[in-house]
Amino acid sequence: MKLPRQERNKMALTVEHVSYIYDPDAPLSHKALDDISLTIPEGQFIGVIGHTGSGKSTLMQHLNGLVKATSGHIYYGGRDIDARDYDKKELRSKVGLVFQYPEHQLFEVDVFSDVCFGPKNLGLERGEVERRAREALAKVGVPEELYDQSPFDLSGGQKRRVAIAGVLAMQPEILILDEPTAGLDPKGRREILDQIRQLQTQTHITILLVSHSMDDVAEYVDRIIVMNGGKIVYDDIPRKIFKCYRELEKMGLGAPQVTYILHTLKENGLPVDTDITTIQEAADSIMQALDSFRITGP
Amino acid sequence: MSIVKTENLIYEYVKRDEEGNEDGVIRAVDDVSLGIRQGDFIAIVGHNGSGKSTLAKHMNAILQPTQGTVWVDGMDTRQEEYIWNIRQRAGMVFQNPDNQIIGQVVEEDVGFGPENLGVPTEEIWKRVEESLRAVGMYQFRSHSPNRLSGGQKQRVSIAGVLAMRPRCIVLDEPTAMLDPSGRREVIHAVRELNQTEKVTVILITHYMEEVIQADHIYVMDKGQIAMEGTPREIFSKVEELQRLRLDVPQVTLLAYELKKRGLDLPDGILTTQELVQALTGHA
Repeated sequence: MKLPRQERNKMALTVEHVSYIYDPDAPLSHKALDDISLTIPEGQFIGVIGHTGSGKSTLMQHLNGLVKATSGHIYYGGRDIDARDYDKKELRSKVGLVFQYPEHQLFEVDVFSDVCFGPKNLGLERGEVERRAREALAKVGVPEELYDQSPFDLSGGQKRRVAIAGVLAMQPEILILDEPTAGLDPKGRREILDQIRQLQTQTHITILLVSHSMDDVAEYVDRIIVMNGGKIVYDDIPRKIFKCYRELEKMGLGAPQVTYILHTLKENGLPVDTDITTIQEAADSIMQALDSFRITGP
Repeated sequence: MSIVKTENLIYEYVKRDEEGNEDGVIRAVDDVSLGIRQGDFIAIVGHNGSGKSTLAKHMNAILQPTQGTVWVDGMDTRQEEYIWNIRQRAGMVFQNPDNQIIGQVVEEDVGFGPENLGVPTEEIWKRVEESLRAVGMYQFRSHSPNRLSGGQKQRVSIAGVLAMRPRCIVLDEPTAMLDPSGRREVIHAVRELNQTEKVTVILITHYMEEVIQADHIYVMDKGQIAMEGTPREIFSKVEELQRLRLDVPQVTLLAYELKKRGLDLPDGILTTQELVQALTGHA
């Protein structure tokens, strides 16, 4: 894929034929990314799935210039991020990356200072730094009472929000979250994801959510990218992705549980829609199927 | 006799501010009494900060009670002379597979435990082989752990505990960092262990799907046991669990949603098969 320049400008990010090889000269050299091409328009909520070692994290690290592609190009706002005159520091403030277990990277004495760290490093003046920190903390739902607390005294879910706020305070246009819910209890998981969804609908920020939970991506994102062996194997809306659940299983993935339930129901003669990926839709479809039985008989 | 027994267990720790001054006492486990039978598959669930990991760490004497008593296989965990016996009897597996593997080669890693116990070499090799077979990792015995997937590493960690011939294995969120197939592999291995090797399993997790086949579930909240019972008993209380920041398996949730839409279904449906059966009754 090679987009004309003006097309590229409309995209937040464009990845063209990117490959990445670990230790290219070593006998154990390993192709972590294999000819990846991808366009990410502004304002999309995208899920990225793939088994451990499929290349998801490596790809994410390319998107904000932490790792340089062995071959191929990445364009941000139409400009090649590996060009000599390209400002990597600015790129990293525009493409925010929240790592797994980001609370391990909290270090300041209180919550507010921790969130100020990023924007302060951008060289902004104090008033602006604090304004951004406040705004970011509000966006992830951290109440003001917690601003003076040590981040280490917060609950797991709150720590993670503070860590996400730290990246948001840089005011990125793209936010990449690497498994933001790992290790959280079910309610905490939902709270964080609801907050991210709200953030996305309110600010139209582009979000890439790397996740091991098929249930979560099915519920929240508009588009799913499936990685396997360093390649993008599927890139589509959730309904279509989980149609291929047998193939996904072979890649160490699967479908949301509800998809399996619907398939079993259909095999047992109930005419339900098997492309469904969320509980609410499934309940509606089952009620409908039962109604049609009552009217027409099996 | 119980393999693990706690009586009025209380665990408190002192919270300190930045200067190291005392800043209040936190009671992480608050008057927990329970008995776990040899051979059972037990699950402990609860929100972050509910005290489940702290409770688990008492089961192999990593922590000792502030008040009350914990016995592992009849041994009081506060008696120092029992500590090594207790840790051999009740092994522990943690969340992060990368923090638990030390060997350069899989079988060397698994042999580390029994070697430390002074087991004769020939016996070590026998145990390493048996343990690796039990978790389905024997064909990887001569691999470097670095090249394994997360699920494979966790299974090696479990084999390492098994090689100590424990009567009980405590797993503290062993699947939290794994992808779907890794999660399936580990849960499958744990279940096998319980059923064929008759090892008592105490599984702590945030994934409700993983505990459907447990014999007994404890739900923790504020350091106490808030609910306990069979999976069916526990998961029939959808709203109560949600109040405790937990969830129910997706099948159970779907049945609950169908009931809300007016369908007459039994409480606590746990498997797809059960749901299919209940629904075909309506069709």
